[in-house]
Amino acid sequence: MSLIKVALAGQPNVGKSALINSIGNARLKVGNFSGVTVTKEIVRFSKDGYDFEITDLPGSYSLTDYTIEERVTREYLDHEDYDLILNVVDSVNIERNLYLTTELLSLNKKMVVALNMTDEAVAEGVDINEQQLGKILGVSCVKTSAVQKTGIDEIISAVIQSYENTENKFHLQFSEPFEQEIYRIVAFLNEKKVSCKISLKALAIKLLREDKEAYLRFREEPVWVELQPMLNDAYQHLYLHYDTKDLDDIFNDEKMALAKGAVAETVYFKKTEKKNLTEKIDSLLMHQFIGLPIFLFLMWGLFQLTFEVGSIPMDWIDAFFSAMIDATKSFLGDTELASVVADGAIAGVGAVVLFLPNIIILFLGIALLETTGYMSRVAFLLDGFFHKFGLHGKSFIPLVSGFGCSVPAYMAARTLKNDRDRLLTLFIIGFMSCGARLPIYVLFVGAFFAEHHAGNMLFAIYISGALLGIIAAKVLKMTVFKGDDEPFVMEMPKYRLPSLKLIYHTVSGQAMMYLKKAGTFILLASVLIWFASNYPKYPEIDLNYQTRIEQAVSEEQIAEISNELALYNLENSYLGKIGHASEPFFAPLGYDWRMAVALETGLAAKEVVVATLGVLYGLGDEHDEESAGLINKIRTNINFPSAVSFIVFVMIYLPCLAASMVFMREAGGWKYLAYLFVFTTATAWILSFAAFNITKLLI
Amino acid sequence: MTLNNLSKGDSAIIYRVNADKELKNRFNSFGLTKGARVYVEYHSLAKKTMEVRINQTRIALRTQEAEHIELEQE
Repeated sequence: MSLIKVALAGQPNVGKSALINSIGNARLKVGNFSGVTVTKEIVRFSKDGYDFEITDLPGSYSLTDYTIEERVTREYLDHEDYDLILNVVDSVNIERNLYLTTELLSLNKKMVVALNMTDEAVAEGVDINEQQLGKILGVSCVKTSAVQKTGIDEIISAVIQSYENTENKFHLQFSEPFEQEIYRIVAFLNEKKVSCKISLKALAIKLLREDKEAYLRFREEPVWVELQPMLNDAYQHLYLHYDTKDLDDIFNDEKMALAKGAVAETVYFKKTEKKNLTEKIDSLLMHQFIGLPIFLFLMWGLFQLTFEVGSIPMDWIDAFFSAMIDATKSFLGDTELASVVADGAIAGVGAVVLFLPNIIILFLGIALLETTGYMSRVAFLLDGFFHKFGLHGKSFIPLVSGFGCSVPAYMAARTLKNDRDRLLTLFIIGFMSCGARLPIYVLFVGAFFAEHHAGNMLFAIYISGALLGIIAAKVLKMTVFKGDDEPFVMEMPKYRLPSLKLIYHTVSGQAMMYLKKAGTFILLASVLIWFASNYPKYPEIDLNYQTRIEQAVSEEQIAEISNELALYNLENSYLGKIGHASEPFFAPLGYDWRMAVALETGLAAKEVVVATLGVLYGLGDEHDEESAGLINKIRTNINFPSAVSFIVFVMIYLPCLAASMVFMREAGGWKYLAYLFVFTTATAWILSFAAFNITKLLI
Repeated sequence: MTLNNLSKGDSAIIYRVNADKELKNRFNSFGLTKGARVYVEYHSLAKKTMEVRINQTRIALRTQEAEHIELEQE
């Protein structure tokens, strides 16, 4: 079977990833804003007797190096080995899209054009004659719709046909004066019997574009002596004709004219006077005055839902895991094995799974924000405000992703062109509390606030985190990241109602990842924490207590002594020692050693904080049968000011290990991770200290 | 007159783009080029940012970027 390597290229948000998902049954991330795909992704499948390897490239408006993602695309197209380009085009915005198509055509590779979003084009009265367009561009054009899965078989057979076609013809047709210059150079190269991998016409165009590689090729050859004056002549003609000496301008004009001409000949626009859906919705959501309040209200609603609806199944999950712990203990008896399974594994994993409903609701909200097209609007509304704090309106997109998980958020920052803006955004993404921190907040808010306030409190935590982040941005901008601003020019996508299937795939994928983490990483961490909190053993002291228990007279006394023993063992365990060692650092913030340990284990993953608290407080009062449920244990063991201070610390301190590694890669080195660690820890400590003392004064 | 002077609901034809190469390329790829008709759709609070439309494409840009775009007199 032969392998066809396809490079999937197109402008941002034209449905490249969605199309690949439809063609190859893949599950790439799909959204409705520019820059969902930031790295190249490869999908492999077989069909009609061929093996396909499709590389999904980040969207590019043109083949320049404007942003990092666009550089990824250009470098791949220029230097990698692939058989043909599949250019995906948004049929509704066809003229603008063809601008990139003409640039791709000048690469002189085999190419197929997918006129995607046909369904929307039909709805908006855009009618494309694809055969005619195919003739003009010299490549086959196929109408597709990734959403309705039409044209999928046709696009595959067009790809195969183009792959099997050995004739390599250059089809791009420029304007008359330009073609004349090209013709003259081609004729000369022909005369001199210059042989070349690409067609002579493509080579001539490269020479006219002042392409460095093309020049290097000729400079050492005798032919150069004659070629150089020829090129000079050609430039003079072009300068004269276009009334500019800027070759980029000349080429842009040419490409624009090509795109315009092709559209004029092959596309028919039906005039529609009535406002389309996007315009109607925008007149409300983009409103100068009520646009932002509406956004804040929607966010508030999301956190209300997260708590209110999320807490319903929580009780059942809590009851389920408590029952499992009891059942395990009664089944295995009072042994070490029972303890490691029940108090370690089940308690730790249970504490994390408990928050699955909240996580699902939060991810659902973020998925809606990403897929409907609303996110870009909010970036627009917030740009003025963000700009005051030294941030870019586009920073909003990675920052919102940060509410879900910091890892994709760090990657999403690639859409920012300017390195300084990007670094600044990277530094404050951590202030947007990620989904894994949500369990900690839900736990503490649930323990210390009445139920009807809980949703508001969650909203307040997230908003104050975001505001803190913006203030931090201002401080960093004034001190570290001084400099000019990046221009803000960005596309507003059309509103799209995401299909239930897409939402289901996105949310269930993230929920499964959360569960998978609970079943693997968190499970392992819980067992480790159990071990570290149960060892080393102190047999002599144990014996000592046992004799005291035997000598005790009342039940009460026995309970008291066994409690004392449990506490002694815990405090002298490995974990207890670590906690006690770091206690002086955390004592001014009002934490006991257990909270200190929980924060430290949280450096691995934020879910582990809850798991650690579950294991530590669960073990501490083994004999207190009244206080079932983690929330109750937190309420009885931690005082209010410490809890507030703890929440503040969790809001700010270093993100988890996985996120830190991605941060390091995106920021460009260990150095930055060290800065981030110092910056976040110092901020977290100072603000928690303030929160602890202010709360103490108030109550 | 430049693009930032237009009010909501106005439209005009672009006469020239006076920007450095990079920004110009960016404008080009969105269709913000000589001869294109732009419609002003929205302003944000304090008119720091504006949304314009060319054909079916909606583009957000800051007032300071819009200053680079010169319009034809009508």
